[in-house]
Amino acid sequence: MSAPARSPQELNDTIAGGIGESPLRPDGTLKVRGEFAYSSDLWHENMLWGATLRSPHPHARITRLDIAPALAVPGVYAVLTHDDVPGENIYGLKYQDTPALAADRVRFQGEPVAILAADHPEIARQALKQIVVEYEVLEPITDPERAAHDDTLPHLHPDGNLVRYQRILKGDPDATADVVVSGVYEIGMQDQAFLGPESGLAVPDDDGGVDLYLATQWLHVDQRQTAKALGLPLEKVRLTLSGVGGAFGGREDLSMQIHSCMLALRTGRPVKMVYNRLESFFGHVHRHPAKMYYEHGATKDGKLVYVRAKLYFDGGAYASKTPVVVGNGTTLSVGPYNVPNAKIEGWGVYTNNPTCGAMRGLGAVQPTYAYESQMDKLAAALQMDPADLRILNAMSEGSTNVTGQLVDFPAPVGELIQRLKDMPLPPERTGPVDIRDMPGGASNTTHGEGVVRGVGYGVTIKNISYAEGLDDYSTARVRLEVIGGEAVALVHTAAAEVGQGLVTLQQQIARTELGVQRVTVHVADTSVGDAGSSSASRQTYITGGAVRNACRAVASAVRARFGRDDVVLAGGKLVASDGEALVSLVDVLGDEAVEETREYHHRKTYPLDPETGQGDAHVQYGFSAHRAVVDVDVDLGLVKVVQLDCAQDVGKAMNPDAVVAQIQGGSAQGLGLAVMEEILVRDGKVRNPSFTDYLIPTILDMPRMRVDVLERADPHAPYGVRGVGEPPTISATPAIANAIRAATGLELPRVPVRPEHITGTEEKK
Amino acid sequence: MRVNVTVNGEHRQADNVWEGESLLYLLRERLGLPGSKNACEQGECGSCTVYLDDVPACACLVAAGQVEGREVRTVEGLAEGDRLDPIQESFVECGAVQCGFCTPGLLIQAHDLIERTGNPSDAEIREALAGNLCRCTGYEKILDAVRLAASKR
Repeated sequence: MSAPARSPQELNDTIAGGIGESPLRPDGTLKVRGEFAYSSDLWHENMLWGATLRSPHPHARITRLDIAPALAVPGVYAVLTHDDVPGENIYGLKYQDTPALAADRVRFQGEPVAILAADHPEIARQALKQIVVEYEVLEPITDPERAAHDDTLPHLHPDGNLVRYQRILKGDPDATADVVVSGVYEIGMQDQAFLGPESGLAVPDDDGGVDLYLATQWLHVDQRQTAKALGLPLEKVRLTLSGVGGAFGGREDLSMQIHSCMLALRTGRPVKMVYNRLESFFGHVHRHPAKMYYEHGATKDGKLVYVRAKLYFDGGAYASKTPVVVGNGTTLSVGPYNVPNAKIEGWGVYTNNPTCGAMRGLGAVQPTYAYESQMDKLAAALQMDPADLRILNAMSEGSTNVTGQLVDFPAPVGELIQRLKDMPLPPERTGPVDIRDMPGGASNTTHGEGVVRGVGYGVTIKNISYAEGLDDYSTARVRLEVIGGEAVALVHTAAAEVGQGLVTLQQQIARTELGVQRVTVHVADTSVGDAGSSSASRQTYITGGAVRNACRAVASAVRARFGRDDVVLAGGKLVASDGEALVSLVDVLGDEAVEETREYHHRKTYPLDPETGQGDAHVQYGFSAHRAVVDVDVDLGLVKVVQLDCAQDVGKAMNPDAVVAQIQGGSAQGLGLAVMEEILVRDGKVRNPSFTDYLIPTILDMPRMRVDVLERADPHAPYGVRGVGEPPTISATPAIANAIRAATGLELPRVPVRPEHITGTEEKK
Repeated sequence: MRVNVTVNGEHRQADNVWEGESLLYLLRERLGLPGSKNACEQGECGSCTVYLDDVPACACLVAAGQVEGREVRTVEGLAEGDRLDPIQESFVECGAVQCGFCTPGLLIQAHDLIERTGNPSDAEIREALAGNLCRCTGYEKILDAVRLAASKR
């Protein structure tokens, strides 16, 4: 069968600009014209619509499953259950523990139980109601701390309810100090809330294989998991990236991949699946909620002596990225500070709450909120300025982190904080105010009475790319050829553009390395080598490195063809070292293209010692810091973030405008977690799976931002880059929480901070 | 049911429309205009905003049958041939597009704001776009784009 009528597009807008400049996106015009093919826009002649039946119970045994009534509905072409999974009915990113379709037991509300295909999406949804499922409802396990320690609880998986435990011991774990502060912090379950719903189109092929067009973050990992479930060899399950409407980690786990392919293979027709918003909330993993016990000890003059912490991460029903969350959470648990002595323990557990996995800032968001709360508490105990306390303890190049790893690259943490401290604060309010600038805004709830202002800092450290010994790499194929009398580069990778601007960057690198103007970015698919995931702030670094390597191989081949290795490719010509243009690239290339494929692997990392947690686990860190100014209406508990400034080190700003945009967008998600975003779960059930009840920041919620970008090149990274995407999300949350504390004097040991936390009218459980 | 509607200046007809179908479904799946986006289909995110008789509306909240004999203008109808509308141009120029899923709705809403007010203040922009969720940009560059588009008038 042919490709869909609406299908992913190659990007060849000829826009100038190499690395360090800010060329426009090659997909920008398509997107503003409404012509960009997102995964939910795909369409194929004769296609069917798939739909998923999900468990209403967080924990239950399936006692009966009858699909016959649904199959009898006119317009329904297939109804499939776990019995119909052709290969292995189990998949997972780190651990293989997730069924494609539940067999005898469901472990979370929303777990897929059956799927069907029909010729209209509404018929599909109506027919779902005809599937008969009988459940024996079981008591859900919902307390992660208990799940970590109480082995008398029912086991949700064969090995029990513990996904990972990690301990880190540094120096004297039982060290004592003059000044000690402690606290217990909780963080709610945040959702990625990407706007483009989970969707894709599976097209069966004559060879018994299937082509899947979809929105994802990592084509090859989807391919491996899907092929295994379909019982097909990899080459028969071909994936092509369609337009992705945001991701933020939420597309790392499978959603409709296996299901749509199963339906396409069974019916012999293309099958499109598109989740609605309600289903999207159930269909992807969320950010791990956490409970964290912290104790900080310091000398009288403010030097940190020790940190002791216990971190509990609720992984929900399946492992997903929980092992990585425990790894990141513990190794980053003391923040970007010099801490000579530490004892850290982290648990990631199974419960019957919604499954949690990857989200921007993976594993660092939770401890950062806790340790940055602690830093403010410590500053108060020491009667020190919170920013000065942080600067005093800030790590720098040459520091050794909590796992004993030497920081052998720039780490300008103190400078970031100082820069924020030096930025002007917004003027105090005097005289009449625009009501829209007040907490409560146009709701007209206050004209300034009962409103107090506070300022807070948040600083973070985030590991970039994959850690703990994983061979993290990407592949790029670059071709240089003459098209229409001009040398044109084609860049082909499997790396997912999820909105971050990777397609722009690929063009910038090719232009810089090959000295050409026209660069086409090929549609990402599995016909080229693995690129790894668009996550962990790694694509500019890793895929950028692969594109650079492939371009340099192409340039080298061009030089060989010309017969001189002392020339560079610039301005469409081969240029000698004295600047003399020797020959046009077009003439050297002639009719014969040059094509090279290269990989980029980052420096080797190592697993943590299971006993001591020591080890060189991380390849690079990103650092960011925020200062927030908030106004709080203490009577109603309403918060208005007045200003949110950020300073971040990006190593090298490959596309300065895009860097600033990432920082602004990431900060908005951090603001969301600070004051509004939470999936409310009670007894394992989600209470707010909609944009009506799960609130993300609007344009009215986002304040002005000053963004200060530092470029302290990392000598080990391509072009000196440092991952950008995640850090601003992480440090924004504690900055706002600390500012609300500074305004109100309240403890506020939980985010998001809700009005009832400020007014003291919280409902007791 | 048969629906007759003028879309982007062109008369269009759709047959066998089911009574429960939304204008959004009609546009995306029957008329081949997927520009208006299906982000929440609950009227909360604004991604499917279109002009309905010159007034912005969430296409997901309008029943297909309600548009019989009326005029709809979608994001696909903003540009004139190859010439982008200033608001489209400005979104590209200012980096206000990242994943772009919210963009079509924001463009219609911002287009309407500029048509109505000419040169909106920041507070007016924020108020007008408050019903359009964006998850990528943090909105600052969207503000820049609307200011730029207004200045081009």
